[in-house]
Amino acid sequence: MPMPRPSASTTYEKSRTSTRHPLALTIILSTALLALSPAQAANLTDNRRSGYAFMGPPLRAMQDDDMTNPASLWQRDGETLWAEPIGEAGRSCADCHGDAASSMRGVAARYPAFDRTMNRPIDLEQRINHCRTAYQKAGPLAFESHDLLALSTHVARQSRGLPIAIENSKALHPFLAMGRSLFHERQGQLNLSCAQCHDDNAGRSLGGATIPQAHPTGYPLYRLEWQGVGSLQRRLRNCMSGMRAAPYAFGAEAFVDLELYLMWRANGMPMESPAVRP
Amino acid sequence: MAKPLIKVPPTAKKGEIIEIKTLIAHPMETGYRAGLNGATLPRDIIRRFVCSLDGEEIFSADFSPAIAANPFLSFFTRIEKSGSITFQWTGDNGFSVSETVEISVS
Repeated sequence: MPMPRPSASTTYEKSRTSTRHPLALTIILSTALLALSPAQAANLTDNRRSGYAFMGPPLRAMQDDDMTNPASLWQRDGETLWAEPIGEAGRSCADCHGDAASSMRGVAARYPAFDRTMNRPIDLEQRINHCRTAYQKAGPLAFESHDLLALSTHVARQSRGLPIAIENSKALHPFLAMGRSLFHERQGQLNLSCAQCHDDNAGRSLGGATIPQAHPTGYPLYRLEWQGVGSLQRRLRNCMSGMRAAPYAFGAEAFVDLELYLMWRANGMPMESPAVRP
Repeated sequence: MAKPLIKVPPTAKKGEIIEIKTLIAHPMETGYRAGLNGATLPRDIIRRFVCSLDGEEIFSADFSPAIAANPFLSFFTRIEKSGSITFQWTGDNGFSVSETVEISVS
């Protein structure tokens, strides 16, 4: 467990405010409130924070500008792949879906979503592969392969800024419950659960890194540590090996349940895909 | 991999200082890391970047193994005339990418 934070900052605040007139403080607070946008004001009652909020200004700037966000390179490849006819059907994504900018708007914000043919939720990568095998008659792409990441980055980019919107459907409830229990289940040699870090200790430090609240707002994302783009499942495997647990295989049902729970937990938060994270 | 991303203002005033930005996809493998089987991964980096206006060099850089993957460069130049700005990246394993962008100076 991390050491409790020193209370230096709170005593500093106290000594600072006690020297001021109470009215002065009220004026400062109310002008601060007026300067907030409606979205920021709504956040005052919502304690959820994206990993973006824990990054410094240089990394935020890197994410915000497509020119400096290296995930743009993947997204551009995805744009090319989107229009390429493939498989026995000789069809491209665009032949059915048209321009991704309109047809894929908000789609990634709804995934994982329930799929009737599989009778369970599937994530965006699985949806892309399902399209490839069922409609394009091409083989599925390997998880974390460049082409699959390029396509999922291109699709997810079309949801940037839109709120995460996991459907509240009865069919999803058992899978959400499974995801929730996985999130709270202790595992690995360190006997830790996801919740112990990301709920109980978010904002504090683990080694040199700040523990975020585990809201998957920006996947697939460019991680500086990876020097490349990776999926949410890759990130979850990272955490699992960090807990010294055996990571599930890519595409495992448990992963999709966990992804579903995390996205549901972040419902309403704006999508940042493709994000940049340290 | 994708074409490099290049940002050059399409127009500029004579004598204006402009900012040029480039981002290119490259693994920048250092040559010092071990692969999954324990064997050292051979070095694969960009060695040199040259930016020139109508053949005249305006900026160049030598890259080393310590530079991150997908290198981003930003630099400034005083622009005096219209022309083609050429960007050339060369590196290990015969890596060579060239792009040209036009700028009109008034």
